[in-house]
Amino acid sequence: MAAARALLLLLAALGPAAAVWPQPLRQLSPPAAARCPLPPGRFRFSYAAGSAVGPGCAVLDEAFQRYRALIFGAARPAGEARGEGSGRGAPTLFGICAERVTVCGSPAGLETFSQLVGRDENGTYYVNETEIVDFPRFPHRGLLLDTSRHYLPLKAILQTLDVMAYNKLNVFHWHIVDDPSFPYESFTFPELSKQGAFNAMTHVYTASDVQAVIEYARLRGIRVIAEFDTPGHTLSWGPGAPDLLTPCYLGKDPSGTYGPINPILNSTYQFVTSLFQEVGAVFPDYFLHLGGDEVDFTCWKSNPQIRAFMEEMGFGEDYTKLESFYIQRLLDIISSLGKGYMVWQEVFDNGAKVRPDTIIHVWKNSPPYKEEMANVTKAGYRALLSAPWYLNRISYGQDWMAAYQVEPLDFTGSPEQKDLVIGGEACMWGEYVDVTNLAPRLWPRAGAVAERLWSNATVRNLQDAYVRLASFRCELLRRGVQAQPLFVGYCDHEFDGF
Amino acid sequence: MGARCAPLPRHEAAAGGGAAARPRRSRDGGGGAAAAGGGGGGPAEGRLPSAMGRAMGLAGLLLGLLLVPAVLLSTSLGRGDPPPEPELELAEGPPAAGGVAAGEDSLWPLPQWLRTSRRQLQLAPDRFQVVHGAGSSAGPGCGLLQDAFRRYYEYMFGHSRWRSPGRRWPFVRRELSQLQVVIAAPEPGCDSYPRLASSEAYHLTITEPVAILKADEVWGALRGLETFSQLVHEDDYGSFLVNESDIYDFPRFAHRGILLDTSRHYLPLKSILTNLDAMAFNKFNVLHWHIVDDQSFPYQSIYFPELSNKGAYSYNHIYTPTDVRLVIEYARLRGIRVIPEFDTPGHTQSWGKGQKDLLTPCYNGEQPSGSFGPVNPILNSTYDFMTKFFKEISSVFPDAYIHLGGDEVSFDCWKSNPDVKEFMKEQGFGIDYAKLESYYIQKILDIVSSYNKGYVVWQEVFDNKAQLKPDTVVEVWMANNYAHELSSVTKAGFTAILAAPWYLDYISYGQDWKKYYSVEPLNFPGSEKQKKLLIGGEACLWGEFVDATNLTPRLWPRASAVGERLWSSSNVTDLQDAYKRLSNHRCRMLRRGIAAEPLFVGYCAHEARGW
Repeated sequence: MAAARALLLLLAALGPAAAVWPQPLRQLSPPAAARCPLPPGRFRFSYAAGSAVGPGCAVLDEAFQRYRALIFGAARPAGEARGEGSGRGAPTLFGICAERVTVCGSPAGLETFSQLVGRDENGTYYVNETEIVDFPRFPHRGLLLDTSRHYLPLKAILQTLDVMAYNKLNVFHWHIVDDPSFPYESFTFPELSKQGAFNAMTHVYTASDVQAVIEYARLRGIRVIAEFDTPGHTLSWGPGAPDLLTPCYLGKDPSGTYGPINPILNSTYQFVTSLFQEVGAVFPDYFLHLGGDEVDFTCWKSNPQIRAFMEEMGFGEDYTKLESFYIQRLLDIISSLGKGYMVWQEVFDNGAKVRPDTIIHVWKNSPPYKEEMANVTKAGYRALLSAPWYLNRISYGQDWMAAYQVEPLDFTGSPEQKDLVIGGEACMWGEYVDVTNLAPRLWPRAGAVAERLWSNATVRNLQDAYVRLASFRCELLRRGVQAQPLFVGYCDHEFDGF
Repeated sequence: MGARCAPLPRHEAAAGGGAAARPRRSRDGGGGAAAAGGGGGGPAEGRLPSAMGRAMGLAGLLLGLLLVPAVLLSTSLGRGDPPPEPELELAEGPPAAGGVAAGEDSLWPLPQWLRTSRRQLQLAPDRFQVVHGAGSSAGPGCGLLQDAFRRYYEYMFGHSRWRSPGRRWPFVRRELSQLQVVIAAPEPGCDSYPRLASSEAYHLTITEPVAILKADEVWGALRGLETFSQLVHEDDYGSFLVNESDIYDFPRFAHRGILLDTSRHYLPLKSILTNLDAMAFNKFNVLHWHIVDDQSFPYQSIYFPELSNKGAYSYNHIYTPTDVRLVIEYARLRGIRVIPEFDTPGHTQSWGKGQKDLLTPCYNGEQPSGSFGPVNPILNSTYDFMTKFFKEISSVFPDAYIHLGGDEVSFDCWKSNPDVKEFMKEQGFGIDYAKLESYYIQKILDIVSSYNKGYVVWQEVFDNKAQLKPDTVVEVWMANNYAHELSSVTKAGFTAILAAPWYLDYISYGQDWKKYYSVEPLNFPGSEKQKKLLIGGEACLWGEFVDATNLTPRLWPRASAVGERLWSSSNVTDLQDAYKRLSNHRCRMLRRGIAAEPLFVGYCAHEARGW
């Protein structure tokens, strides 16, 4: 974990107008911090002398532009930028890049800066002098969106990426296909979305949509990890890929329904190879999420060819062996493509042989996820935690608190084991979520997870978090995000984006 | 329905007139109840109760078509075997999930009686018109209907690209060229406000070449327009079609409300108006505006401007008199009453900031603690204030009812205050503070009565035995054993509204609409007479965790479940059928700009556009 940590250093004549979310590692404010005005007309971002990158670094160039707009808003009263002649000059923000790749890949410091800017009664923007040293506690801070159970328009995904950046989340786990629909337009197998999308023309992600998501995410320092879950959760693949799924039987005859991917045919592996060749090339991230969860064995058990195959292979009645047989071949294929992989915990639980650098994604609550975290890391694998952060499971009241109070490293294990926890993901499964309710259901609840994964383990005071999160939520409203309230109260800028 | 509102003779009278083929039904006689008992079978005419049979006879004579109780429709027509009709022009398959659904698969709430044929009529958007029919007491001067005609035309055709040039109809079909709206009552009520006793019944006949919508009052016409618009659907070729149909419809309950709380969070005007649109789509007819509470006082009072100056969250978080008028008028145009709630004596913390001495000072031992409790019931100045305040409210809000709250009064502060204790002694109340509460409530009720307003109160007012005028409406909200409470309230002869099972702010994971849908309001111990005293219900969306960011998806379509329960016949309870219709209805709400959340996995042809 430590190795993957980014170091961000923000040095400037700045100060907190409001507290920052997620809370930075260390913030030093001089006892009598001076207040510096930020005249919108003159304030600028620029590269400091000694910066490893300069103009031409698209990520920072564009981030400068974006954050200018975020800080000063679109509608600022005319003439407000005047009155500058007074005392102090306008500060310039210099980003000092300690490590080139990191800063160019993660403009998180600009986010912190933008949250420090306040506005006084006269409408003058200001920051107080301060010094902040900050870096994330965990390198993998993800959010899962499910675009199969309901289709999410591109715009909703891009807006989510914006808000992820505000929360310093850095992995978009795109659960792009599943049983209900196959919205990914594959150029190798166009029939998959033609037959498997809710609507082949409107409820699909074209190649350019996918590129847009990846680039939009990149500019915000966010990785996109695509999940193509197999062998279960693949019903929508069937119509567009003949013979891919296992035909289920009722007695001696095929019932007309289909189960998981058919693991006994060579054609299956040819298909999988071609598909993942494409997916591996389309999604630049080193990791692919291969799923592997919740494989129902009923259909396999009903199929006589499969039973014969089980016998041949000497698997007996243990269908987890068949599952692992499939997974094993899949993992080999992915490895041969030069990609790393993440899998849901069942793959580990069922004893598939995985590469040492596999990331095991822990999602189940029974057995308790702390046991699973201990087992996974004890076996030497890296672990990613989602079990306590299924944000689609709503309940009455301030449930962000439960998400906030989770301590990912609170399991029995050695320091070496703890180092294998690379982070976590908030999951927003789509059974009951589409574009109508996605944003208020996600934000600011996912913010609780974001701080847990970014800030120091000691940052866990609920009252303090409430105050900062409520104020951050108002800032989200100001930025046009449909973030729901934590509790009773108001914001100066209420949501009006109907 | 009319008979169920015994204390409201005007309603009885209204429901008595109107469309020719209108059967009366006593509640238990239950119309389609017996017939639909089986849930999925075909129409069993032999089992139809007499009222239903009569209606069928009448309608049958008029139309020469088979009449089927609405609850059976979706399983008996348009799906399975073709009905006994000689002229079948189109054989419909089941609509693709989430695709454009045939009209009757998306009706919500389900009409009381409906007969629909497979014969389809085409509507040409550039020719089709909604007009005033011959013999209607309303004409082009009826702004309310003119607005509604335009609105529903937009809902039916507005989302489509039908104006593209060179469009050719794929088939020559029978055409429906007009919907003629006929208001039967001599005074159509175009400029009036809807009332509890207003008639919302209508009779809709869709045949070639014109459809006729008959209603006593404009309110029924509004409901009928909604139904008509729900029946019009677009086929794969972009043609607008409607099946020949005959519908007789009226609400089961007269009071079908939504409570919005604008104190715990301020709701921008636009949010409220959008919600009124959605209410009309679901045939709700009461906006219970819980406008102020402890947390903030956004209502800008004319007499007491300090109340919102000091008590609102900010100067931006207020409802000006213009805002309030706008809400009332927007609601009126949709047949929705606006009942404001000014809850006292508890829930009034925000009042105290702008009105000195109104709240009771709490004591810590001998000394005032600096905090305040409920309204101070022992001062004359309190009642002077309330007299003036409610005079304003009575004139600002045209509805015959004001909600006076009266819930959750904490006695701790009163108990701590020596002056209040002294007063208790004087009045001989002993230590029974419920008596003090009733004393206060009594005086408020008298004040409001003097302005010729009726009032609604939360159940505690009844529970604490305040002396109530016989026409008081008691709103039952406590979830614990609400059936028993309904029984007590109605046994005492009071009119009741049910809210307890419909607190939609209590969210949970999964399809909780089913829970709301499965409530049977009259399922409480009591006589026929008692049952008639339950005039309806309200879905409440309290504002602790709700503001403009999540109001719409949290309310819709969950409140739709309550909408059908309060409108449709008591036997409309099939969850599977409801799921199908509600999913389609939800897609239609999306098309009309309401960000209603999904019931479950799936899609709509027209998704919400997002932010």
